[in-house]
Amino acid sequence: MNELLEFIENNLQITYILILAIFVGIEVIKSIPAVLHTPLMSGANALSGVVIVGAILVMLHADPTDYIALSLGFVAVVLGVLNVVGGFAVTDRMLQMFKRKK
Amino acid sequence: MGILLNIIYLIATVTFIVGLKMLGHPETAKKGNLIAAAGMGLAIVGTIFVHEQQVSPIIYILIGAAILIGSIIGWLIAIKVEMTKMPELVSLFNGFGGASAALIGLVEYGKNVNNATQSTTIVSGIIIGAITFSGSLIAWGKLNGTLKSVVRIPYYNIINNLVIIAIVIFAAFMVASGVDSQLLLYVLLATGLIYGILFVLPIGGADMPVVISLLNSLTGIAAAITGILYNNMVMLVGGILVGSAGIILTVAMCKAMNRTLGSVIFGAFGGATATEGENKALGSIKSTNPSDAAIMMNYANNVVIVPGYGLAVAQAQHVIHELEQMLTKKGVNVKYAIHPVAGRMPGHMNVLLAESNVEYNMLVEMEDINPQFSNTDIVLVVGANDVVNPAAHNNPASPIYGMPILDVENAKHIIVNKRGMNAGYAGIENELFYNSKTSMLFGDAKAALTDLVAELKNM
Repeated sequence: MNELLEFIENNLQITYILILAIFVGIEVIKSIPAVLHTPLMSGANALSGVVIVGAILVMLHADPTDYIALSLGFVAVVLGVLNVVGGFAVTDRMLQMFKRKK
Repeated sequence: MGILLNIIYLIATVTFIVGLKMLGHPETAKKGNLIAAAGMGLAIVGTIFVHEQQVSPIIYILIGAAILIGSIIGWLIAIKVEMTKMPELVSLFNGFGGASAALIGLVEYGKNVNNATQSTTIVSGIIIGAITFSGSLIAWGKLNGTLKSVVRIPYYNIINNLVIIAIVIFAAFMVASGVDSQLLLYVLLATGLIYGILFVLPIGGADMPVVISLLNSLTGIAAAITGILYNNMVMLVGGILVGSAGIILTVAMCKAMNRTLGSVIFGAFGGATATEGENKALGSIKSTNPSDAAIMMNYANNVVIVPGYGLAVAQAQHVIHELEQMLTKKGVNVKYAIHPVAGRMPGHMNVLLAESNVEYNMLVEMEDINPQFSNTDIVLVVGANDVVNPAAHNNPASPIYGMPILDVENAKHIIVNKRGMNAGYAGIENELFYNSKTSMLFGDAKAALTDLVAELKNM
């Protein structure tokens, strides 16, 4: 409990951003037509690939001789990019179909 | 330099919020996706190039190679895969994101053992990342049919809860002791992976969309945790957005099935064991042929088509559109009844029918179509099962009791196209097929519908 209070004390801004972002996420998603549930889930999935930024940071910070860190970072970047590129491309393909008619 | 990178992250964060918002409206969805993608690209490029560190060229080459490999594979999978395989693909990509988060934690742990806050975030990132990775792979396997049956270990609820409690205690010990042991770290990773498997394995197939949405949300949380670790706002806000949006979507899906999240995770569903032995005298079934079915539909005034996963599996979305156009030309009033969880994902049927250019306004949602069934001459059920199972209304013992369904049994006549008499995805018997108003049109959806169209052409 003390650690939690200490964390909030030391990271007040982050705590605020965290809470506000939760509400933004809820508001942005609210009242979405069921038609768009699948593309939305897919788009949100692509966004979660933002973890790639962390994977790149791991590699940038790594010592060029630290092969373990480099190889773990390498795999993390590959997987993260897969999530991002695949996610956005699939979402785009799904939405392409909605656009054609009319 | 520092301020430039932060402005880049700020712009990226705004594109995420705007993109997600635009994804929620049919007219703007495509643009929204592209905006978010552009923001992501900006964040990635900024992270690589905008900093003041000395980085050896070999590392740049490695990063470039990793991005190239990931992009090519991701792109190829995304453009090659069939539309019907979409749900499992989302699950697979989601698993990769989770794995990425776990790997980051593995590298960072050793450098941060002395800082309790940092090591707490790292350890949570590893656990959540590992759970999403193995859980998503299991969900993927279940959806594409690699893992067929519902595996239920005795007392799995108790075992699963014990495992997660053990993981939390173990993680707390690691943080509190500040021990820098690679061995313990990998043990932690392994327990996370095992829990992911145990968590998803007993969940019935019908609940899989809910699970994918939940796992998607968890990946977002893992990304946000990594954001806290690096004090990186784009990861924090992006991750939390996905986390909270994912939870809302998950709850919306549960609502559509009249289930609570708790009952999805802990309850028995799709358990063939629970319903076996109940298949007592349900009556006899009546089968029909394409020619008779075509005649009936030709002389009907109102026809409602209920598409399900069988339509997707058979790739019959184009031929069903052809059938619908032909009937409309003959003066029949045709509509599609869309159950919110038909297929393997909410909106799955909409995506599929949009692919074959079915008019948007012909798709009617459950609440709007249900009162109309009593005026409907013929309901054509194509590869749907659980979403039209009357047991949801009248059998309190049924695992799907209480789930809102399409009330097709109110129509004057029901034609059900199915490959055989196998139970639906939830693994339960459907008394609709034994109804005296029901005729079964056995066969692969595409073949059966093609025959129907051919018969109608000759009339």
